[in-house]
Amino acid sequence: MSANGSGIGASVKRKEDTRFLTGRGRYTDDINLPGQLYGYILRSPVAHADIGGIDTSAAAAAPGVHAIFTGSDMEGVGGIPTGWLIHSKDGEPMVEPGHPALALGKVRYVGDCVAIVVAETREQAKEAANLIDVDYQELPAVASIEAAEAEGAAQVFDEAPGNVCYDWEVGDRAATDAAFDEATHVVSIDVVNNRLIPNAIEPRAAIANYDPATGDYTLYTTSQNPHLIRLLLGAFVLGLPEHKLRIVAPDVGGGFGSKIPHYAEEAILTWTAGQLGRPVKWTCERIDAFKSDTHGRDHISTARLALDADGKFLGLHVSTKANLGAYLSTFATCVPTYLYGILFAGPYTTPAVYCEVKSFFTNTVPVDALRGAGRPEATYLLERLVEKAAVELGMDRVEIRRKNFIREFPYQTPVALQYDQGDYDATLDLALKASDWAGFEARRAESAARGKCRGIGISTFIEACGIAPSAVVGSLGARAGLYESGSVRVHPTGSVSVFTGTHSHGQGHETTFAQIVSDMLGVDFEAVDVVHGDSAKIPFGMGTYGSRSLAVGGTAIYLAVEKVIEKGKKIAAHLLEASVEDIEFENGSFTVAGTDRSKSLGEVALTAYVPHNYPEGLEPGLEETAFYDPLNFTFPAGTHVAEVEVDPETGEVEVVAVTGADDVGRIINPMIVDGQLHGGLAHGIGQALLEECLYQDDGQLQTGSYLDYTMPRAADLPSFNINHNTTLCTHNPLGVKGVGEVGSIGVPPAVINAVIDALRPLGVNDMAMPATSQKVWQAIQQAQG
Amino acid sequence: MPTVTMTVNGMERSGNVEGRTLLVEFLREHLGLTGTHVGCDTSQCGACVVHVNGTSVKSCTSLAAQADGAEVTTIEGLANGSDLHPMQEAFREHHGLQCGFCTPGMVMSAVDLANQNSDPSEHEVREWLEGNLCRCTGYHNIVKAVQAGAKAMGGGS
Repeated sequence: MSANGSGIGASVKRKEDTRFLTGRGRYTDDINLPGQLYGYILRSPVAHADIGGIDTSAAAAAPGVHAIFTGSDMEGVGGIPTGWLIHSKDGEPMVEPGHPALALGKVRYVGDCVAIVVAETREQAKEAANLIDVDYQELPAVASIEAAEAEGAAQVFDEAPGNVCYDWEVGDRAATDAAFDEATHVVSIDVVNNRLIPNAIEPRAAIANYDPATGDYTLYTTSQNPHLIRLLLGAFVLGLPEHKLRIVAPDVGGGFGSKIPHYAEEAILTWTAGQLGRPVKWTCERIDAFKSDTHGRDHISTARLALDADGKFLGLHVSTKANLGAYLSTFATCVPTYLYGILFAGPYTTPAVYCEVKSFFTNTVPVDALRGAGRPEATYLLERLVEKAAVELGMDRVEIRRKNFIREFPYQTPVALQYDQGDYDATLDLALKASDWAGFEARRAESAARGKCRGIGISTFIEACGIAPSAVVGSLGARAGLYESGSVRVHPTGSVSVFTGTHSHGQGHETTFAQIVSDMLGVDFEAVDVVHGDSAKIPFGMGTYGSRSLAVGGTAIYLAVEKVIEKGKKIAAHLLEASVEDIEFENGSFTVAGTDRSKSLGEVALTAYVPHNYPEGLEPGLEETAFYDPLNFTFPAGTHVAEVEVDPETGEVEVVAVTGADDVGRIINPMIVDGQLHGGLAHGIGQALLEECLYQDDGQLQTGSYLDYTMPRAADLPSFNINHNTTLCTHNPLGVKGVGEVGSIGVPPAVINAVIDALRPLGVNDMAMPATSQKVWQAIQQAQG
Repeated sequence: MPTVTMTVNGMERSGNVEGRTLLVEFLREHLGLTGTHVGCDTSQCGACVVHVNGTSVKSCTSLAAQADGAEVTTIEGLANGSDLHPMQEAFREHHGLQCGFCTPGMVMSAVDLANQNSDPSEHEVREWLEGNLCRCTGYHNIVKAVQAGAKAMGGGS
């Protein structure tokens, strides 16, 4: 394997770019089917109400309307399922209320689906929906964790007393308590992890079709995981057999976790198409996306760190309350548990760790995975706490981290994970050098001379990606496996189609996976195409999330290529009249070891499909599939350093420098990897400084448009200083780990630590995300008395 | 319904539209030019940027009727046959796109900047892109691409 040309390690320009740059991408809303009708989803304008009745008569008589369906029409159709069963501390299963696709008797959040209107045009459907008269008998709502747990709070579900879904724990509580008994120092922190709205720039959309002649359903949908949608929609909601349900996720304009879940609209559209026997298309307007795409984060936590006299960590105790929203979305329940609590060893040797998480239903949009999913929340808490410990103990904040680093691998953490490999000193050293940490005080003085407060912050972190193995996650409550599939089809004249169960919606799989196959098979990069996103074309796969695609999906492809090579050796041995054991494969040629006698991959492929002279008993064809179930998570790690300048007169925070030193395992395409890091960093800086989803007490969404919800824009961000130090994952053959979520996990605490560092001379010792100018200014005013 | 006629990517195109029909609807739904995208409803995201008489315009905030008689260029009209426009080439070269959804608007907006300023600074590019949202790239490579594309255009499209 080499970094030359288009192979592994080369910054190959992307195959997908030409179509995107010329307007020839094919996103769901670009697809139109003959005879299609348009669906408009009527959503609840109130957070919590009994539905006294729905009068659709005026709407049904409106021009162009073909049909209107409400919850009672879909009664009997299965509800929207959730994918992970969590057990509480007492062993009881979580409360798992039903989630009807169209609200039945009650609405539980602003945005809840109430009816679908189907008409000839989009405008007619929307106008008719305005004529539907819903008798909302409003109920008190709970729009926050604090409201949900208050004495006498309104109940989102009767079967969930106190609005609690589960009360979960991980780690050894007694051992952690004992660690605190021995501690010289105890440092505590309270943090809120602000609720975010994902905001992929492509709004969700779907177009469903039903062919009465064959009984086949097809759903085009904006999904990160078409087979997962097929499984949930087919098996759990509509009761359709897989061979009659095709899910196509074509070009998808960003996901960030928000296009993982199986959404009610997908079920409503598909069912409606079946009722009408015509295609039905729906495109979410942005204003509806704010109140119907799953949200992310939303934790309230308190944590304590026990240290000995030298600053060595002895124990960590975390108590978190998490907001799940009004219904359990697909991965909602595992995000604040198995993607969160198990991260609390971080890169540190803390011998005793305990984390408890109580999750609540509220009258808000369902909460699910968002770039990082659980791991940003854990990292933020841990790195804020470690920073605070350094300040309170009077220790250097770099040295306190270094003193506690894990250095021997494999390392078994006290919270389930076993890290296979890493070098946390190397990324720390790299980040300090690349950020000129040592020269910071001079820069601080220069800023001070201009009346600005400069601060620098650091975060050293690990993440767990490629969640696996299936047997383990199954024992923890996952209702699906977490393997991945890959197929490699060598065509008769030697070009190659690769089929993956992962889905690319910006990550560049069509390029990266082609590089792997091209490199391994010695065929031209241009002769390899990657197919994804269509359940009728690809083997069953679990899709893309949790930075899993390369580590899990890439490995499946790697293993399929190995099978192709093994079969090719048998064919080549026959053609060369040699023993299979003597055949070597390199640079696209099968060669008899120690000779110059060889056959090219193309010759072998042609022989496989025109098997006139062929090994006895061997099947024709050259196409192999592999399913890969990882042995373990992968553990990317790194150090992020943020430098900010605060204007004390206005409270405005400018991010002047961000340095990343990351270990993401082997890098297939450095250009794409750095692009993933940039995007994650922007998302993380957005959370730290700009983004916050706010609800009124009555459950009305206050930040319901781009005018109210602050997205990071180009002028809000600096260019990023990206550095790499690589250790290889030990349990997959490519040595890869994952990169898509690194920035959003690592950088938020570095930014907030920097803001606090800048403001500490003014007496400010705490700062909540997002550190808006208003919040910073108020903190300065308060501190100055 | 009134008829509008405009030159789109060098070809005269006509259609009957409602008074309320937006330019982006006319392009996408009447003409099938789906390269221009709709990412929001408040004129914030910029995925819908096209050129009207050589200037970048948010086609979600313009009526089709307003473009009657105008010269409209969409992302589909930028390349010269199979040769990418220098700005498209710069986005490819500098990995200035990931999912591709904001890309048409970014490129069209960038070309307008480059027509006015053949050597924009990083700061000038970032300020210019105020009306274009991207969730994938963190803007880092978009900024590099716009600077490189502007230079390659040499002060003209």
